[in-house]
Amino acid sequence: MLSRVANSIYWLGRYLERAENYARFIDVNFNLMLDLPPGLKAQWEPLVLATGDHAHYVKSHKDFDKRSVIFFMTLDRSNPNSILSAITYARENGRIVREHLSKETWEKINGLYHMLNNTSERKIWGKKDPRSFFEDIKYQIQLLYGLADTTVARTEGWYFRTLGMYLERADKTSRILDVKYHMLLPSPQEVGSPLDFLHWNALLKSVSAFNTYRRLYGTIESSGLLEFLVFNRRFPRSIYFCIKEAEDCLHMISDSQNYDFKNSAEKEIGALRSKLAFSDIADIIKDGLHESIDEIQQKINVISSEIELSFFQIKQPSFTQNQSQS
Amino acid sequence: MDLSNYQCKGLYDEMFQEDGICRAHYHPFEKLLRKTHPKKLKQLQFSANKSQLAMGMTFNVYHNEEGLEKILHLDVIPRIIPNAEWLQLEAGLKQRINALNHFIQDIYNDQNILNDGIVPRDLIENSKDFLKPCMGLTPPKGIWCHITGTDLIRDKSGEYFVLEDNLRCPSGVSYMLESREIIKRAFPNILNKTGVMPVSNYPTRLLEMLKNLSVKDKPVVGVLTPGIYNSAYFEHSYLALQMGAELVTGEDLIVRDKKVYMQTTQGFEQIDVIYRRIDDTFLDPEAFNPDSLLGVPGIFEAYRAGNIALANAPGTGVADDKAVYAYVPDIIKYYLNETPILNNVPTYLCRKPDDRQYVLDHIEDLVVKETNAAGGYGMLIGPKSTPEEHEKFRNLIKTNPDNYIAQPTLNLSTVPTLVDDSVECRHVDLRPYVLYGEEIDVVPGALSRVALKKGSLVVNSSQGGGSKDTWVLY
Repeated sequence: MLSRVANSIYWLGRYLERAENYARFIDVNFNLMLDLPPGLKAQWEPLVLATGDHAHYVKSHKDFDKRSVIFFMTLDRSNPNSILSAITYARENGRIVREHLSKETWEKINGLYHMLNNTSERKIWGKKDPRSFFEDIKYQIQLLYGLADTTVARTEGWYFRTLGMYLERADKTSRILDVKYHMLLPSPQEVGSPLDFLHWNALLKSVSAFNTYRRLYGTIESSGLLEFLVFNRRFPRSIYFCIKEAEDCLHMISDSQNYDFKNSAEKEIGALRSKLAFSDIADIIKDGLHESIDEIQQKINVISSEIELSFFQIKQPSFTQNQSQS
Repeated sequence: MDLSNYQCKGLYDEMFQEDGICRAHYHPFEKLLRKTHPKKLKQLQFSANKSQLAMGMTFNVYHNEEGLEKILHLDVIPRIIPNAEWLQLEAGLKQRINALNHFIQDIYNDQNILNDGIVPRDLIENSKDFLKPCMGLTPPKGIWCHITGTDLIRDKSGEYFVLEDNLRCPSGVSYMLESREIIKRAFPNILNKTGVMPVSNYPTRLLEMLKNLSVKDKPVVGVLTPGIYNSAYFEHSYLALQMGAELVTGEDLIVRDKKVYMQTTQGFEQIDVIYRRIDDTFLDPEAFNPDSLLGVPGIFEAYRAGNIALANAPGTGVADDKAVYAYVPDIIKYYLNETPILNNVPTYLCRKPDDRQYVLDHIEDLVVKETNAAGGYGMLIGPKSTPEEHEKFRNLIKTNPDNYIAQPTLNLSTVPTLVDDSVECRHVDLRPYVLYGEEIDVVPGALSRVALKKGSLVVNSSQGGGSKDTWVLY
């Protein structure tokens, strides 16, 4: 597969997943705010903090009011991570590799783009409750995953898109956990209070994990929840699961054995996977939640740049070597 | 739909005779059209537009900051060509392409036609499309112009005339193919009843033709695109998809030891045949325009060494110059010793003193064109221009006569077109596509371009034209 094409497919995977996760963030925060006890100020700033766009946001905004935050994260073209931007990039990447996509896939991405692009702001923001809009985005992206699942051959392109999707998802799950860190309770005594409980509930729902968690763990408490979202071997949005799947994709692409590596991307991801595999909740508590999450995010960034170097960039020196050997 | 008010007096209409009687080959469609309620027709038009947008059949896209994308308006009423007429066209096109191919081969090798004084030497050697590096070159199987999209029009009498040969990178074939799919959905039963020849195997024929250029059993074939900002990008990716070929950009390719390689995630892979959609002079900064970032350094050397086949061959543009066009009837006679089946539009070459004087005297009746411009730019339509514009062009011609030709304004034929709630006549041209592989092959269909503005003769998509599905009958 052409490097340029692989690059586009990988980013197509990342941007779609990013858009979906943003839709989840906003949707859930909105829900959460509806449940807040009277008198408590709605918190939208944590969302901006968790996405890593805080610095960008404060350049043009004073307040973290609902309307501004939702607009910033959804339709603001000046925010490169807004849903509209992510879908625009996803589509652009789709356009670049269109000959590698099925007709349905392309037309769904294109349709989603046109939907976002043509919906006038007023139409959405005029409504008091934009939740159906976010649900729509979520479902359209899920539909794309479903289409891909049943129609796309498991060749290199598949693994690059899936790789992008899982890396992005691992990153976003970590950021969802970070929302809780930033979501300040009025006082330390509130830990374990109904409000605290509400927060954790919202968090679980944002990753569609409430029912699963209840069945597996029962009580809603921070340690169980952290274990579930960071280390669970079977839940498809836990960080470990995503990293393991991403690692498998890399192995398929490089044709290397499990627990082995042929390039620096595989090496880095293998290291993160085993660190996660041999850690538990006690380690997180020891190192601090925010610090642990921060470290995971940084490692994902390193993996991402190693993928770039291993597969997408011109490798003229190695070309010459191959030539002289033959 | 009530057609009683349809007016096409004084013009050749594709569907109706002067006396208002529908031409025989349109009968089944006429019946359907009369039965269809205007509202229904509007609905069909609406969904045709929608499917084009959904498919991303858009052009000239990203220059606009809003990301606004335009579709090439597809009018739902087809243009129909009867078989006998088509056979004539087909024979004429084959003859023309055959002669032009001989011409290009000769120009870059023996130059007999120049030595014999049939075509002026300076006209060729001063042309910016004459590529000196191609001298002495014979491309694989002696074929230069693999893909041609000839523009034709009909005048008042209904006779066809060739307007342009388009041997460089003719576009629009994807619209021909996808428009058919859309129209099939709009009028599901009528195609069968009318007996319309299919066009859908064009990509297969194109791929066969391209593979034919390599000696390898399973050559790696690619489509070379300038990238997503090019207005014809939809077509490039569409054709790559339909052929199962790689869509490549200049940056994906690298030349080593006179061989061309693609940069893949697993290393470098050789590529054997390229359908290039980049203009000649942008192909290779080492051989041609050194400023081009689109092309591949060294690809021309690889081409000369026979390690890569390029379609169309670099250098074909020389036969596509509007001044050379005037000589095509002579070219046909010279190489084939045949009378041209398809006529040229009478053309005045401003480089010839007599012609130039005639043009200067009659500019208000003529269409003046730059010899190297395309897309409806750099032209003057005499009858529709002001005296100031006439004067401006007179001066341009006097300063640089070689750069201009002129032709009489022809009344292009018209065809019924949906305009709001009614059907009105609009001017139309015809662009069939010709492939030159094992033999010369004319696809039984075309892109018909329609001037959407009432009375307008300009059909280019870049100038607000639309298109029509074109039915060639069995």
